[in-house]
Amino acid sequence: MNARTVRGLLLTLAVLLAATANSAPALKAGVFDPPREAPPFALQSSGAGTLELGNYRGKVVILGFGFTWCTNVCPVTLATLAQARRKLGASAADVQIVYITVDPERDDPARMHQYLHAFDPTFIGGTGTERALAAVRKDYGITAEKRDSGTSYSVAHSSFTYLIDRQGRLRALMPYGRSADDYVHDLKILLAE
Amino acid sequence: MRSLFRWILLACGAAGLAVFGWAGLTPIETRADSGREELFEIPRGTWARRMAGEDRDILPDQIRLTLGIRDILVLRNRDDVPQIFGPTLMMPGQSFKLPFEQASEYQFACTAHASGQMRVIVDPYPATPWARILWRARRL
Repeated sequence: MNARTVRGLLLTLAVLLAATANSAPALKAGVFDPPREAPPFALQSSGAGTLELGNYRGKVVILGFGFTWCTNVCPVTLATLAQARRKLGASAADVQIVYITVDPERDDPARMHQYLHAFDPTFIGGTGTERALAAVRKDYGITAEKRDSGTSYSVAHSSFTYLIDRQGRLRALMPYGRSADDYVHDLKILLAE
Repeated sequence: MRSLFRWILLACGAAGLAVFGWAGLTPIETRADSGREELFEIPRGTWARRMAGEDRDILPDQIRLTLGIRDILVLRNRDDVPQIFGPTLMMPGQSFKLPFEQASEYQFACTAHASGQMRVIVDPYPATPWARILWRARRL
């Protein structure tokens, strides 16, 4: 093999490597193209003070909507997210779960704190006036419909979660029912960016 | 005359068998143009037409996908205004690509439908000859 052939082979290899490096790994969630800035909001935090999305710039945020009296969707989603954070190990410090209520009548900051804390102490909840929450739901295309059930009521709501990258861009939508491993897969990609 | 009829019958039988054999034994390939994607678009001017009183469904009530063949749902908003399309809010010019990895039935809230629901059925990959025949027959 002469020097010219070796140079040619090396060049081909370099081109192939560059092409591989440029192709972003595929997320398991549904991907928005092009990504847009996640709509900002300011709500009452289940922690202390105001919950603003901008506070978590630099972290990957998983944003979900639900309510603490939810018996089907929310406990499953929150348990899956807690499991995903545990699986991520130390890098979970760069992931923030934000859960916004669709039931402000019953979900005050204290109730949300108690409920979310049971899944993972780092989870943050957001609540506020019906008007403020309706505006956030509109910005994110979330549906929530109150349904009476005898003396009480339930809220039928969108069950997916959004994945927001470190730059605050809405990158992907994870449908309900996906596994913790799917979340871990996508979070690792977003954390590495 | 009887012999001719027998030959015609035999030829039809052989042709049927050949089609059946092809449908069952030839592997199903993805389309060269769009690969495994199934694309649905909101055309430009949809919002304006709706405002003018026209009521038309943008998406079918039910979308059928097949794992390994056509298992990526692609929604694209070509209209001039944001739209709730499928499960999500999409800005003008934005597309949403959702891959499926499990055969199942998925329900999404969707304001593009009168029912408020969109159903996506993801069938398993047709691995057996009989499954391939059924898959091809469904697409006739």
